[in-house]
Amino acid sequence: MAGALWVVGEATSEGLARVSTEVATLARGLGEASKRDVVGVVAAADPSTAAEELARYIPRVLAIAAPEAADRSAAPAIAGRLAALVEREAPGHLLIGATPDGRDLTGFLSALLGWGVLVNAGSVEWTDGRPAVEQSVFGGKLLTTSTFTDDHGIITVRPNSTTAEPASSPGKVEPVDVAPSVELPAVTLVEHVDESSGTVPIEEARVIVAGGRGVGGPDGFSVVEELAAALGGSVGATRAAVDAGWIPFAQQIGQTGKIVKPDLYLALGISGAIQHKVGMQTAGTIVAVNRDPDAPIGEFADLFVVGDLFEIAPAIAAELRSRSG
Amino acid sequence: MRIVVLTKPVPDPAAGQERLTAEGRVDRAGSPAVVNGNDEYALEAALKLVEASPDGGEVTLLAMAPSNAPETLRKALAMGAHRGVLVTDPALEGSDTLSTARVLAAALREMEYDLVLAGADTSDGGGGVVAAGIAAILGLPYLSYAARIEPAEGRVRVRRLSATGFDVIEAPMPALVVATQGARSKEITTRALSDLDVDGATPGGAAATAKVTGSRKPEQRGATKVVRVPAPEAAKAVVDFLAQRRII
Ligand SMILES: Cc1cc2nc3c(=O)[nH]c(=O)nc-3n(C[C@H](O)[C@H](O)[C@H](O)COP(=O)(O)OP(=O)(O)OC[C@H]3O[C@@H](n4cnc5c(N)ncnc54)[C@H](O)[C@@H]3O)c2cc1C
Ligand SMILES: Nc1ncnc2c1ncn2[C@@H]1O[C@H](COP(=O)(O)O)[C@@H](O)[C@H]1O
Repeated sequence: MAGALWVVGEATSEGLARVSTEVATLARGLGEASKRDVVGVVAAADPSTAAEELARYIPRVLAIAAPEAADRSAAPAIAGRLAALVEREAPGHLLIGATPDGRDLTGFLSALLGWGVLVNAGSVEWTDGRPAVEQSVFGGKLLTTSTFTDDHGIITVRPNSTTAEPASSPGKVEPVDVAPSVELPAVTLVEHVDESSGTVPIEEARVIVAGGRGVGGPDGFSVVEELAAALGGSVGATRAAVDAGWIPFAQQIGQTGKIVKPDLYLALGISGAIQHKVGMQTAGTIVAVNRDPDAPIGEFADLFVVGDLFEIAPAIAAELRSRSG
Repeated sequence: MRIVVLTKPVPDPAAGQERLTAEGRVDRAGSPAVVNGNDEYALEAALKLVEASPDGGEVTLLAMAPSNAPETLRKALAMGAHRGVLVTDPALEGSDTLSTARVLAAALREMEYDLVLAGADTSDGGGGVVAAGIAAILGLPYLSYAARIEPAEGRVRVRRLSATGFDVIEAPMPALVVATQGARSKEITTRALSDLDVDGATPGGAAATAKVTGSRKPEQRGATKVVRVPAPEAAKAVVDFLAQRRII
């Protein structure tokens, strides 16, 4: 059978990264269209939990134990073993989530294998015996379709571009042993610091209330939090707010932050710069509150409220409470 | 401290004139160019590191770009970089990410440095993969998404932003660091392809491993409804709108 489609699963401290379940769902559809095998592969110090989770989506998952990954930076620690397994098993294409670790790994594997890369896929179809990758470019102004010029390639897939759906029956995990084809220089992990807030991560939130520079300072974020709580949503932010130190980077939405796709995105004091827009423009509904009637966000919001966020956001929260109450 | 910063000239996103050529490549002549935004952050980080270094140092820009790139790189030099190296050659037109990594790696092989700094990704469709490719080719320790960079006694320690916080990671120098935000008389030498010893197949469009086969405009969102009334009414209008869309 022609080269299989491999889903490279990303192991996290909790198990499997959510993007990997989306990539696996996408790959299953491609497998049907191309009549190719779909195989998952997870490499980590202890790959078992992530591999089991990935097997809920894919018939066969290869689990590579990479003991050296325990106290190293992930991508350089596992790339050599993955490259060796690709050389041994000769799949056709690799699909990887376009997360920081996924991008790092893609760069390594491209160089180690000599394979081409198509990045940030929003969707992938099987056309003329090859994957056709659609990607949003130039800040969302254009969608391009690209393909590889030979029968191999690595595709990075944007988070939140597919809805994950487990397979009708779970697949099998096979532990495999493979020595690294090369040893990339070790990068030591000294410390792991968790700053997450305990609410739903913004990539998974159905409702996001986001604050920008207009919020004015760390205290101003209490207005954002209050409205998020009234809507049962999570708090997001622009880079301007993160750079000012008002809120952690984990909440940043946009080109350098996270790509989100909530049902509702409510922006408070956000101008709508292109680098922010690319992270949220596919939200189901966009509501913006901004006192500048000419703010660019007014050009792509569904509802644009011109006014002071410090008056309007608490009023919305109060109105919501009065209606529910 | 000698630092090389990888700086890519890209179509200026603020000018909004980015487009593709008939072959599906980024039209580099059709739009004003700037240094890629994330690479400017890397440059700022490099300048700070050199400033803080007790024995001073030098920041060199390295770019692979068309021959008119010196104009674009001037601004980065004006920010304080000491010199620039531009790899330019008509044969490089249409190079993909893999070729780009090979060419930049070959250029780096001829340079001396303690650190190479890159940006997290490029605004002209880049996927944030070139820097890792270069590190793999050169066998350099690779530290990415670095919000804070601290060199000490031959090693470099960075704060790597993660989905939930950050990791502190460390490696010996020379190393390649991908900087991200929070990292806070000049000659341009040009090199042709034949001046470098590039690994693998010839770069350029003819050898590209991927090609664009089509493009379309994304669907437009519907019209914007504008509300401009005092706060209590505005709040009612918002909640009605959310109810109408069945969000609440
Ligand atoms: C390479 C690169 C990558 C980037 N990546 C990202 C990214 O990932 N994410 C991101 O968000 N940005 C990113 N940026 C930055 C981006 O260009 C903008 O600078 C940023 O998004 C602006 O944030 P802002 O809207 O909060 O601030 P501003 O643009 O300053 O807008 C603040 C808005 O608040 C309004 N306002 C002020 N006070 C009030 C009030 N009381 N009530 C109502 N409205 C008020 C103002 O009218 C204004 O429109 C990036 C930039 C570069 C160069
Ligand atoms: N042609 C180039 N010249 C110089 N640096 C580059 C070039 N292409 C990529 N880079 C560097 O690699 C980083 C990632 O690029 P990319 O993988 O294209 O998104 C950029 O931010 C630059 O620092």
